[in-house]
Parts: sequence; structure tokens; C-alpha cells
Amino acid sequence: MEQLRWLPMAQDWRARLRALDAADDVWSRAVALANTRLDFVRTNALDASVRRLVRTAPSGLGTRPVRLAVLGSSTLSHLLPAIRVAGLRRNIHVETCEGGYGQYLQELTVPGSALYAFKPDTILLAFDAVHVTQGVHAAMSASDADAALAERCAAIEQCWQQARHALGCHVMQQTVLDVFPPLLGNNEQRLAGSKSRFVTRLNQALRDMADRHGADLVAVHSSAARDGLHAWHDPALWHRSKQEVTPARAPSYGELVGRLLAARQGRSFKCLVLDLDNTLWGGVIGDDGMDGIVLGQGSPLGEGFVSVQDYAKDLARRGVILAVSSKNDEANALEPFEKHPDMVLRRADIASFQANWTDKAANLRAIAADLSIGLDSLVFLDDNPFERSFVREQLPMVAVPEVPEDDPALVPSVLADAGYFESAGITADDRERTAQYQENRARTALQATAGDLDSYLRALQMRMVWNRFDSLGRSRVVQLIGKTNQFNLTTRRHTDADIAAIMADPESFGLQIRLLDRFGDNGIIGIVIGRTTQPGTITLDTWLMSCRVLGRGVERTTLNLVAGVARAMGVETLVGEFIATKKNGMVRDHYRNLGFTVVAETESGSTATLDLRHFTPQQSFIDVTEGPPA
Amino acid sequence: MTEEKIYAELTEIFNDVFMADDMKLTPELSAKDVPGWDSFKQIEIMVSVEERFNIKLNTREIDSLRNVGDLAAVIARKT
Repeated sequence: MEQLRWLPMAQDWRARLRALDAADDVWSRAVALANTRLDFVRTNALDASVRRLVRTAPSGLGTRPVRLAVLGSSTLSHLLPAIRVAGLRRNIHVETCEGGYGQYLQELTVPGSALYAFKPDTILLAFDAVHVTQGVHAAMSASDADAALAERCAAIEQCWQQARHALGCHVMQQTVLDVFPPLLGNNEQRLAGSKSRFVTRLNQALRDMADRHGADLVAVHSSAARDGLHAWHDPALWHRSKQEVTPARAPSYGELVGRLLAARQGRSFKCLVLDLDNTLWGGVIGDDGMDGIVLGQGSPLGEGFVSVQDYAKDLARRGVILAVSSKNDEANALEPFEKHPDMVLRRADIASFQANWTDKAANLRAIAADLSIGLDSLVFLDDNPFERSFVREQLPMVAVPEVPEDDPALVPSVLADAGYFESAGITADDRERTAQYQENRARTALQATAGDLDSYLRALQMRMVWNRFDSLGRSRVVQLIGKTNQFNLTTRRHTDADIAAIMADPESFGLQIRLLDRFGDNGIIGIVIGRTTQPGTITLDTWLMSCRVLGRGVERTTLNLVAGVARAMGVETLVGEFIATKKNGMVRDHYRNLGFTVVAETESGSTATLDLRHFTPQQSFIDVTEGPPA
Repeated sequence: MTEEKIYAELTEIFNDVFMADDMKLTPELSAKDVPGWDSFKQIEIMVSVEERFNIKLNTREIDSLRNVGDLAAVIARKT
């Protein structure tokens, strides 16, 4: 299977690469080049140019630069350019350092090592199959094999702990490629000392360990299972140069790492926008009618389109928002969703439905506005090459996958391979997402009928339920902190460990805020973290909210709540900070609007204070209660 | 595959690897003639040849290559 097949082929590759040297906007041009179908050679060439021309992370990218240390037991240097380019593809500047060949244990444990000097924020551990199976042999007893596995797991766990605690790093662990020819055959599990069996068991153990430790796996063994081991590993190359992953596959390897780096800073895509005709069904609904479109059992093509819908539906069930953009009369476009017996997707699955005759770029803008998400959160799936290239040109921040021509059956695997929706975890809110956006639309409809805003807000019957951070809501809190970009005053990406520290600190508070109304439960929509910075003063380290509840007075009510909590701690002054990013311009005047006094202000941020001794709670249509303890 | 076609494809590969537009490939051309043709570039060339011609070069073949002519001959045998 061709690598990066969801990306379009580059036109004028060499000329465009060479043009970087004379360009003012090197970085954005390089991002565009990274979003073409690069092989190993082109990946290296692009990386070399960018490294020569862009020495340090450009400012104002709206992403956090990453310092990634790659430690392993064999040759890895051929993979680093592809990792950096996969970051570039996502507008993330990645600096890497490679540990000495097999020196990872010393480097992790000796504070004077080059690794410590590099000051990484993320560590990728990549152990080859020969290394992890040292001492395992076919004559081994079952109990010796078990002991060897436990020992290996403990050694890896120790590396993770060292990386986290001594270096303060997020940990990524590459899974192990099963490069060993089987000894028994189909029932390899019956040979206790089989290296192949050992690797299978180790990979399974790594999954559980990763969940316990908050580490992320780079699951190359899963990719190799899909692509074929020979695509990933060449035994001859292993003997020649100790490269376990073949250089030809480096772009795919880089992708696996790059998308995890993006997911960890909330830069995964959030919404799949679907075309209708010849994307969700065969034929043109406006011409062929309900009886004429190809969908459902009875034809291979019809079943292929069902498989596309099945995959989209499952994505929605795990938190990806679905939207529709179609050139059609709305009534025609809606009819299959309401009446066709073989449709898997129904109207309720689609959070924003744009069927009209305006161009698709305008429709995508409308979808982003409708859902209060950025254009760079959208993936646009369309069978029509004209529409794809039009959108790529008009809206380069929208991801537009190449679609296998005339075979819908292949579309789900392309979407999966592209990894647009890579997620580090799943929360209850993810499962409810589409319903929440649907409810939001009902609210908007009520707003249109209710006339003035105050009576609308009153009619919503809003209830705010808040809790201190607790173990129950912790994963959602970390997720929101990781991915909220717009209504986020400081964009501090606290980790799970940071949240635990706040929970344990009596001088700090962390509030998770849920909003309910007559249309349903919006889930956790706000997070505020305050820290005592001097006696009697609390600085608001973090204040973020979900954009879909804005315009309802939630900010004012939240301030009332924060003031109440702070007063109960004996606090007299609240300090609010704003740190500007490319995406959070909407909250530049947040504290000023709430009645704070701005004491310092520059382009890059501001500081404001509020005297709680003279603060009176502001009018609100939201009923506030403290939630039951978890 | 004709020798002419093999050289045309190889020229494209070498242009990409060495970021040139007009590499002149001759059978005698070897690493010592091209600035920057190191072991890393050698891997890039081998990977590209295998991908573009859809062939697999074995250890013995790779070790026996002395110049572009040897490479073209191996490709001709396998395509």
C-alpha cells in the first residue's frame, strides 16, 4: 500500500522546495509541502531545507514546539527527519535528539548526560525485537518465559518513571515489531519460549502499562499487521545497518509519532464533513431520486457506501462531529436521511447540515461557525477532485483526503490511515458529542423565536453544577485542557500529574463546571484553576470554556462562582492573566469585560486584578449548585 | 524495460536525491564523482530504486554495485 496515500501528489516539487531559500514565509510554504505525498527521499530533502532555514521555532504558530528525545537500542537516525516533517505537517516545530546507540539506560539515569542537557519535553523509547527478547529461547519453560516477560516489563516501566519524574517528560513507547519467523506455526502460543509469542505478549502488556502510566504507544506492530511486515522490516537491512524499520517506511513511522504529538496538544481534527452524492451513496439524489441511488445490500457498490456510513457513524459514537456539505436542494439532500431504509446515518447524526448551491469553501466556513470550531478542525471528504482542489486552495487549513476513485469500500481505511482523529483517550462527553451539538441547534432555534436575549436565557432554565477536581472528572479535565484553543486565557497544557498536584494543594483550587438546560446536559464546559501566589491573592492560572456555551452569561456566572470559592479561602484579590496565542483573540478583553482592572498590557498578553472586598455578584440567569462529591 | 527507460527513471531518482534538475547519468558515474554521495545518499538511492521499479535488491547485489552501469544492469535483469 502506498504511503501517505491520503495526501495529494506534489506539483513542481523540486522548484517549490528550492524556492524556500528565497522565501519570506519559509515555514508556511514548508507546511504546504509537508502536506503532499512525500517519500523517504523527499521527506529528507524537505527536512534538510527547513532545518537550514528555520533554526528555532517560529513564534505565533498557535502550537507548542516539541523537544523530542528518541532513545533506543538500534539505529533510529533515519526516522528522525520523518518525525520532524510529520510535526511540520501539523504546524508543530519539532526539535529532536537521538540517544547513543543502545545507551538509553545510562542516559536516562545520569543527570549529566547529553539527554538532560537537551531538556526534552517528550521521550520516545523504541526498542528493537532482538533487544527485548535477549535471553528468550525455544527451550524455555513457561514459568521462565513468564519471569522474563515480567522482568522486561519492569525494566521498561523503570525507564518510563525515570523519564517522567527525573526529566518531567511525556512518554511515548514504540511497540515491538514481531520480526521472528514462527517456530511452531499457527499455534505459536503453545511454545512458551517462542520469541514471536514473547513479542505478542509484551505488546499486550505494554497497552495495559501505558494506560496505567499515562504513556502513549506508537503502535508500529498494528501498522505492520495491516501493511504487511515486509513493508516495515527488511531482514537484510537489519543485518546491514541495524535499521529495524526500513528507511522506505520512515514517512509512515513519522506520521504515527506526529499525530500523537498533535493529539497531545489538542491539534487533532474534530469534525468530518461529508459530501453526499457519490460519497455517502452512489448516484445523484437530485437526478436519480430515492429509488435510483445506489445504497445498501444487493450490490457490491451499495454495500461499499454502507461501509463508509458505518465508519462515520462509529467515529461519531466516539466523539467525532459529523457535518454535511452538499451541492443539492436541501429537501432532496435530506430525504434519504429521513426515508431511505438502508441509510446508516440519520439526520440526528449530523451536527451541521449544509445543502445548497453556494461553493464548498463557503459551506465549510458556515459549518465551522455553526459548530464554534476552527476551520483547522475540519476534514472534508468528497469524491469530486474539483471540489477537493478548490477547498485545498481556498482553505489550506482544512484537511482534504484523496479518495480512492470509484471504490467506496476503500474509503474507511484511507480515513483511518490518515489518522486525522487520533485521540489519546475517550471520555463520556465524547460519546455524547453529536447529541450536544444537536441540542445546541435546538437552543439556537429557541433563540430565534424568543426575541430578546434575556427572556431567551430565562427560558433556557440553565443550571450550573460545579465540583472541585475529582478522580471521576479528571480525564475530561485533562482532555479539555489539552484541546481548548479559543476560549482559553493562558493555554497552559497541564498534564494529568499537574491536575493531581492541584487536587492535593490546599492553597490552590481547580473547578470543573457543568452546564445543564432544558435541552440537555452540555457536559463539563468550563475549567478554572487558581493558585495562591501571595497571602490573600489568588492568581487564575487557567480559565477555559467550551465555545458552544458562549453568549449565555456563563462567563459572568463563573466569575461569581470563582469569587465565592476564593472568598471562602480568605482571599482579597484575584489576579487574571491573558497570554495571547494565534487562536485565543476572542478572550483578549475577558477580564476587562468582567470588571477587572488591567494593570499591565502588551501585544502578547495582559494582567488584571479584581478586589474581592468590593465585588458584588453580577446578574445571571443561571442557577448555581455544588455537585455531589464523587 | 529498455535501457533508455531505465536511465530516464534513474535520472529522476538522482535529481530528487541530489536536488538537481539535470544530472547526466553515465554507466561509469560513481560515488567519487558526485559531491555529497555518501552512505546515507546511497540508502536513499537504493530505497528509491526499489520503490520506483518495484523490485527487491538482495545483499549480494547491493554489495557488488560499483557504478550507475552496474545498477542499471541489475534493474534490467529484474524488470
